[in-house]
Amino acid sequence: MKRIVAKEEFCIGCGLCEVYCTVQHSKSKDVIKAYNRENPRPLGRVRLEVNKPVSFAVQCRHCEDAPCVTACLSGAMKKDESTGLVIHDAEKCMGCWTCIMVCPYGAIKMDASGKVVSKCDFCSGLDVPACVANCPNGALVLIEVKP
Amino acid sequence: MAKYVIIGASAAGISAVEAIREVDPVSTITVVSEEPCPSYSRPMISDLVSGKANFEKMLCRDGQFWEKNNVQALTGQRAVSLNLKEKYVVLDNGARVSFEKLLIATGGKPFVPKIEGADKKGVFTFTKLSDAESLAAEIEKAKSAVVVGGGLIGVSLTEALVKRGLKVTIVELQNKILSLILDATASDMVANVMERAGVTIVTGQSVQRILGKPEDERVVGGVVLTNGNSVQCDMVIIAIGVVPRAELVSGTDVKTNRGILVDRFMRTSVPDVYASGDVAEAYDFISGENRLLPLWPLAQLEGRVAGYNMAGKKAEYPGGTAMSALKYFGIPIISIGLVNPKNAEGYEILTRYEPEKRLYKKIVLKDDVIVGILLLNDIERAGVLFNLMKNSVNVKKFKQALLSENFGLATLPSSLRKRLYLE
Repeated sequence: MKRIVAKEEFCIGCGLCEVYCTVQHSKSKDVIKAYNRENPRPLGRVRLEVNKPVSFAVQCRHCEDAPCVTACLSGAMKKDESTGLVIHDAEKCMGCWTCIMVCPYGAIKMDASGKVVSKCDFCSGLDVPACVANCPNGALVLIEVKP
Repeated sequence: MAKYVIIGASAAGISAVEAIREVDPVSTITVVSEEPCPSYSRPMISDLVSGKANFEKMLCRDGQFWEKNNVQALTGQRAVSLNLKEKYVVLDNGARVSFEKLLIATGGKPFVPKIEGADKKGVFTFTKLSDAESLAAEIEKAKSAVVVGGGLIGVSLTEALVKRGLKVTIVELQNKILSLILDATASDMVANVMERAGVTIVTGQSVQRILGKPEDERVVGGVVLTNGNSVQCDMVIIAIGVVPRAELVSGTDVKTNRGILVDRFMRTSVPDVYASGDVAEAYDFISGENRLLPLWPLAQLEGRVAGYNMAGKKAEYPGGTAMSALKYFGIPIISIGLVNPKNAEGYEILTRYEPEKRLYKKIVLKDDVIVGILLLNDIERAGVLFNLMKNSVNVKKFKQALLSENFGLATLPSSLRKRLYLE
């Protein structure tokens, strides 16, 4: 199983992770259309945290013992048994914000509609998540963890 | 003879099944559930009333949950007594179910004070699916409702009724709504948006008497408050709160206070008998004492802890505390721990209040450790604050940054970040 790890010593704070994440989760998959035309504007699921000189990207860490899964009121937040990823089912989400309350990373946000939450889905369908693939300085890397 | 018997198939019960199966894939599990339907999210019953959710959306586990976890589910059956010496549960049909390990996860039931006229048609309680269904069935005919109780359940239901076009009066005994989880400023902010949505809020009052309709005494027509004022309505919903359903253990050696007392491993005072969820009084890490905390996330956590321990994997309950996330009337709110200490002495209180943005944030500190978090409208960093609170982190060096707009993991000193997040 793979996980994303942020290396703050390599992060230059450019914010490309946010841009590529937003585009990847847009309808058009095109940066200009995603930022200028799509309404509501698609929401990135990674957040660049900056407190100069420190910066790093934060996205769902797909915790082994995930507090959001245990706390979820509706059953929308689930652990995928085969991949170990924490998967959010927006169809089941009731938008109660309980997962936001318990995520130690602050990695879950309200989506653009303000009615459900949104979080890193590990770019389902891609071999390497967009934030990792497009980080110019190796500050986001994939590591292999034991299942 | 089942190795594990679980009474109750809501949050705590099903979480226990999952935990047991992680450790013990083969031994027999029997679950006794009074409700005939699959396990559903009780916090979503307001969404059923408002029309936002149907039952399918409310199912909080896979439809094949029992089959997938190889559980013998005795649904639509009720446990009526326990014999803890001979280790069996008696069901309402007279059957005996023997156990090696028992989990009591019977939950809570609505607290209903004695009110004259409460037997009239149109009076409801509001904690489970059947309540929501019978309420929803009457809504088309109703124009107005009185909700008794201005807590979490009352406010969630009020929003649902407003969405369905009813004129709602909410009656709260305390002098503010949501008084258990908000302070006066936050409560006023919520009251303000509720009033703008057309809700009438009456505080410091309770319902003394439920009146009938002039044309039919047996049907709800209004209420009389303690101050003598009357309010016309077509339905009355009692939504004051829940009390533990601990009747099963009365007359046994299981120790109770208001609920069943459990230790940090969810064990009761009787060997091999566990309890979790709204029926249990478990550890609160803020007060350091056992306390009733009828909250879904804690019930699921407690159920997991019980399940692990029942199956032989030692797991300690980290403790819970009052913690609620609210979505009602367009104001996201998160309230954790002691947000409104009765006696402010010994506490340091940090606040940020920007009424024009409807933003309010408050952190309560004791000896530089966070013991209370209250956030209105800007809630996305709540979990980072909660993590500092759970770990009793001394925040002296960065407390001024806790309420800032860009507070996050990068705000934390790197040594602390490393300790909390990388080790």
